[in-house]
Amino acid sequence: MNKNYFQILRGGINTTFQDEGRKNLYHIGIPFSGAMDNRNYLLANKLVGNKLGAPVIEFAYQGPLLKYFGKKINISITGDVSFKIKRNLNEINGKCYQTIGLENGDELDIISTNKSVYGYLALSAQIDLKYQWSSCSINTKANIGANYGRKLEKDQKINILKINDNLNNKRLNFINTKIEKIRVIKGTNFDYFSDTGKKIFFEREFTVSKLSDRMGMRLEGSKIDNIINTNIKSEGLIKGVIQVPADGNPIIMLSDHGTIGGYPKIGVVISADYDRLVQLTPGSKIKFEEVNLTSAESLFNLYELETQNLISQI
Amino acid sequence: MIKNISNLGDAALYCDFGNEVNKDINTQVIKYFKGIKKENIPGVNNLTPSYNKLIISFDLKKTNYKNLKNLIENLNIDTYEDLKSEKKEIPICCDESFALDIKDLEKNLKIDREKIYENFFKKNFFCYMTGFIAGMPFLGDLDINMRVKRLETPRVKVPKGSVGITEQFANIYTFESPGGWNIIGNTPKKIFDGSKEKDPNFINPGDTVIFKNITKDQYKNFNE
Repeated sequence: MNKNYFQILRGGINTTFQDEGRKNLYHIGIPFSGAMDNRNYLLANKLVGNKLGAPVIEFAYQGPLLKYFGKKINISITGDVSFKIKRNLNEINGKCYQTIGLENGDELDIISTNKSVYGYLALSAQIDLKYQWSSCSINTKANIGANYGRKLEKDQKINILKINDNLNNKRLNFINTKIEKIRVIKGTNFDYFSDTGKKIFFEREFTVSKLSDRMGMRLEGSKIDNIINTNIKSEGLIKGVIQVPADGNPIIMLSDHGTIGGYPKIGVVISADYDRLVQLTPGSKIKFEEVNLTSAESLFNLYELETQNLISQI
Repeated sequence: MIKNISNLGDAALYCDFGNEVNKDINTQVIKYFKGIKKENIPGVNNLTPSYNKLIISFDLKKTNYKNLKNLIENLNIDTYEDLKSEKKEIPICCDESFALDIKDLEKNLKIDREKIYENFFKKNFFCYMTGFIAGMPFLGDLDINMRVKRLETPRVKVPKGSVGITEQFANIYTFESPGGWNIIGNTPKKIFDGSKEKDPNFINPGDTVIFKNITKDQYKNFNE
């Protein structure tokens, strides 16, 4: 019998459990998965006193509506998220980046992410989850991870094994910044593209298409002309790789990407820009900017330092 | 041997073994893959062998391109074991309800279906790599007269277990997935088993694979 649990009254658009993801499985066809926006994932856990690598609930656009049954539990929500807590007949507008206590009968209504895609809900508790390859991350394409690898749906329960000791409430003053220029390193097939194609890639604006999900982000705009071959012998991919298929529209590989691909790689998004890249909503305009490897490494160190700084402020 | 190492973004090494697709080059790739895996190099978090490339991804918090490249270049690959190859038999049913593209193949290859299957079933396939979706094996090589292009319009959903051919390769869809391969049959066998953490793939790179023709009744009554 589980005494403490959340009843899912609305699943939301794409609500999954995520953690740091899985390593060393690309060779059998399994990607990293894990939280898309790593910084917001870490902050959510820190705000409720969890280990940084603990599982959280990730939602996209519209989040879940949850009713809580049990002893007082601390939660936190990160990202740019509108949510409400319904207690008895009162409604309280929730604030991101702070610890919130939920009581028996409370409803948590995660209405939407604002001008961003992903948000995170951390629980100060041990959740009843199935792990596969040391990770509970749900990969809905391969049906791997917690909840049989499927997204969370209405009428399901999130069972709590143990509520952690409630620590002092914490908060962080933090505003997510938007990104307009995505910095990239030239890809291994950069020379497959015509001079005009290369110019278009770095000078024109692209629009994030609706056909974007945890696997990939499709872009629309000017077509990039290939002069050598629109296919290569299939080879490994990593997240952030920008492939250009025959139709000339770039696709950026994201955390649940196929592990092998056969389209030429025009560029790779630098690690420092990944968290903000995934938060771009369909319709957003972006431009690519070239950086070299050394700059990419320093930018990552800087980004990492900022993240550590934020964590230490909590 | 690795012909060239370059960077794929800021967190991966791109090891190039050549441009051709053949067993010799692929065997080298797999040898490096298995050897480097055993080395347990700190910071390395994924290795992706393919026909003629090996991608080594790493955690940028723990190492960087320059260090790792230096380390890989100084590995003594000669001490690595040679590839062990296992023989795997895959039952497939070629009933018309499964062989979604056999009619078009007869037209495009200008060979009748009996000959297509005869050629397919006598072949010893070599597994070059697994991936794209979990456990999907890329098997080669089909005879020259059996090679066709991908479907012009890929299917939105290829049924799980479908066996398809494209160019010099055969392939098995381990999950229902979008795809453009020419489907000639379906296997009831579990090619990927996510509940087995140690060995989820039935077919691994370097394995020899043969297909065995089964009837629709045998397909229905198939037991792992």
